Amino acid sequence: MIEIGGTRVPMREQSVEERIKNFRSVPYGYNKEEVMKEAQRCIQCNGAPCETDCPINMKILEMIREIAYGNFKKAFLIVKEDNSIPGITGRVCPQENQCEGVCPVSKRGNGINIGKLEAFVADWARENGVKEEIHIKERPERVAVIGSGPAGISCSVDLRKFGYQVTLFEALHKAGGVLQYGIPAFRLPTEIVDYEISYLSEIGVDVKLNFFVGQNIKFSELRRDFDAIFIGTGAGAPLFMSIEGENLKRVYSANEFLIRVNLMKAHKFLEYDTPIVWGDTVGVIGAGNVAMDAARCALRLGAKKVYILYRRTKKEAPAREEEIQHALEEGIILEELVAPKRVLGNKDGWVTSVELFKMRLSEADESGRPRPVKIDGSEFILKLDTLVEALGTKPNRLFLHKAPELNVTSWGLIKVDKNLMTNIEGVYAGGDGIRGNATVILALGDGRRAAKSIHERLSKGKKKGVKKD
Amino acid sequence: MRHTIVRKEALNTENYLIEVMAPNLAERFQPGQFVIIRIHEQGERIPLTVAGVNPKKRTITLIFQVVGKTTMELGTLNAGDALINCVGPLGNPTEVKKFGRVICVGGGTGIACIFPIVKALANAGNEVISIIGARTESLLILENEIEAVSTETYIATDDGSKGHHGFVSEVLRDLIKKYKKPGEIDRVVVIGPPQMMKAAAEVTSPYTIKTIASLNTIMIDGTGMCGGCRVFIDGEMKLACIDGPEFNAHKVNFDDVISRLAMFKEKEVLAVKHFQKSIKKKAGRQ
Ligand SMILES: Cc1cc2nc3c(=O)[nH]c(=O)nc-3n(C[C@H](O)[C@H](O)[C@H](O)COP(=O)(O)OP(=O)(O)OC[C@H]3O[C@@H](n4cnc5c(N)ncnc54)[C@H](O)[C@@H]3O)c2cc1C
Ligand code: SF4
Ligand code: FES
Repeated sequence: MIEIGGTRVPMREQSVEERIKNFRSVPYGYNKEEVMKEAQRCIQCNGAPCETDCPINMKILEMIREIAYGNFKKAFLIVKEDNSIPGITGRVCPQENQCEGVCPVSKRGNGINIGKLEAFVADWARENGVKEEIHIKERPERVAVIGSGPAGISCSVDLRKFGYQVTLFEALHKAGGVLQYGIPAFRLPTEIVDYEISYLSEIGVDVKLNFFVGQNIKFSELRRDFDAIFIGTGAGAPLFMSIEGENLKRVYSANEFLIRVNLMKAHKFLEYDTPIVWGDTVGVIGAGNVAMDAARCALRLGAKKVYILYRRTKKEAPAREEEIQHALEEGIILEELVAPKRVLGNKDGWVTSVELFKMRLSEADESGRPRPVKIDGSEFILKLDTLVEALGTKPNRLFLHKAPELNVTSWGLIKVDKNLMTNIEGVYAGGDGIRGNATVILALGDGRRAAKSIHERLSKGKKKGVKKD
Repeated sequence: MRHTIVRKEALNTENYLIEVMAPNLAERFQPGQFVIIRIHEQGERIPLTVAGVNPKKRTITLIFQVVGKTTMELGTLNAGDALINCVGPLGNPTEVKKFGRVICVGGGTGIACIFPIVKALANAGNEVISIIGARTESLLILENEIEAVSTETYIATDDGSKGHHGFVSEVLRDLIKKYKKPGEIDRVVVIGPPQMMKAAAEVTSPYTIKTIASLNTIMIDGTGMCGGCRVFIDGEMKLACIDGPEFNAHKVNFDDVISRLAMFKEKEVLAVKHFQKSIKKKAGRQ
């Protein structure tokens, strides 16, 4: 019978000893019985704060109700109305700060495991070949979408559903953006990303890979040839610390480390051609999702000791709660309150250690988190043989440089109005490219909103098309 | 999109030429730019220089030296086979205008990369003096082609089998001495192994002749996303793929370029061994 509140149906996971040797998903996911039982904990509360707090206001309450009754198909179709990639968001959203965090049931035990419910319905649909039926009423207008991350994917899907002729340009040889090259398979299995991507072609999105807009196709050509443009180019350019020693061998940006593994499959070297080198002791600078991902990849490659080097403390770490917990379970050492001064190497140019400052926390800064301050004279040396910098990323400057007519902030973020339109009429933008390092769900939401704005403009507005100059 | 190989030629024991279908590239390529290719689904992404394009045939010509597993495997492909990716043109084009007298220095496979630059500079009305070099005569590529578009052409081989016995940088030094007066040489462009570019930069530096080097770093994406191609120019970090590949040679930290190129050496050796074994196995089965 319906059990209210209580504790979560536990998620079965690969044991630590097993999982640090492979790149397979850590949680196994709920089975039918478990998922229904977990859904039955939901009290279908008044106002459903989970929905209000969801950046795309997914119909969570309805989804849970259908799951509770075992109507998985219906649950899937409800989810799909708002979210084109539930199998992905269910796994990577920071639910603890969104839907699950505000769920009143959390006060009586812990909140409904909404992420895992969402992932279940998506997986169930994929495994059972269940798809939403869409009837596309073709329209003649052509829309270009630049970048195939979550923003570009959701914008393409929605535009296609409105009937537009959509061409998606992606610079890399595989679509998916961060979902493909950044987030490792043990968090987001590749087949799930590939499945969502294949859906794009299935509904008639023309996916053009290996087109780096601004470089081998001009932005002005897109402005000439399309009736609207959506820019979802993300914020993929790595930041470096600009300290001594970053030229040393086995010093990586997290992007390079993760691209080698996730996109190029360097962990299967010899079967795949892309190499990666690491040592027994790996240090990762930063404590966001990217840092956790890099650290856990290093462990799975075979590193013996992996440090997360963070200038604040665990409490302030921006990574998803589940990621931090998994990383610590796996034996990753969180070195709090340290910041690098310089990187040291041997005469052959290989990194051998990093010199760190000890830090202390001072009053809160603009981000609301306590500001880390160097303690003078506290420097010490940490020996390691691989260093990965996960300091965050910036928008790709090549694209901005080649599209100088776009208004951007001093940080290189594209400026948009409330309809996500840039200063160029008919050109829209969303995702990390307007927000900086944000989240998958915010990017997805932007893609949807932009698609709606584009539809308004092309179907109802008098002025059509992209302003040509 | 697959890129079919329409022609393949072994230039010598180490260098191959392939002509590949790449319509967008054939239309847009400018001298100095490069491509990133991948042979198959398991393949790595490697940058290659473009030796020429044929817009009518919608093809580009790639010349590569067999150095690692991927170039070795590429050397086994034939006309009719295809590359799974060939993305580009990437990087910035060479600055081409009328400078006056320009010396172009090409070493090894770098000759392939400098050839379209020599042509473009000559077309822009420059007097182009070319210096090309290789370890030995039989490894020298594009000698006739370079000669045809240069005002003068000099050759150097490490073993003295042809031209000057020694390095291209030594020929460069002698030439600069010949044109002693300031302003007699307006620009030097060098492309080749980093050790060679470093030596050439050291030769021109005291004369303050503007010298351009094209850096062949390790790359993955070629879009400014991984930072693996980072180089240090006057102490400042730049990305070879989107800020380069050409930089002011006098400001490049070449030791660093050389060091970083060796980062994956051990793995590369492993991959080559593995590939050779797999070829032998295949041959044995046939
Ligand atoms: C390692 C890592 C882990 C993360 N973990 C999480 C997580 O757990 N949860 C979460 O919510 N968020 C996470 N994030 C953040 C999240 O992935 C991003 O906020 C989100 O992907 C942004 O989506 P986007 O569509 O704006 O851009 P991206 O996903 O960055 O995609 C942009 C795409 O555009 C392409 N592109 C760029 N320029 C051009 C051009 N000129 N022409 C053609 N194509 C171009 C790029 O190649 C890329 O494929 C993580 C990020 C990283 C790096
Ligand atoms: S907030 Fe919690 S209890 Fe309320 S509807 Fe959402 S999941 Fe159910
Ligand atoms: S090749 Fe990745 S940033 Fe240049």
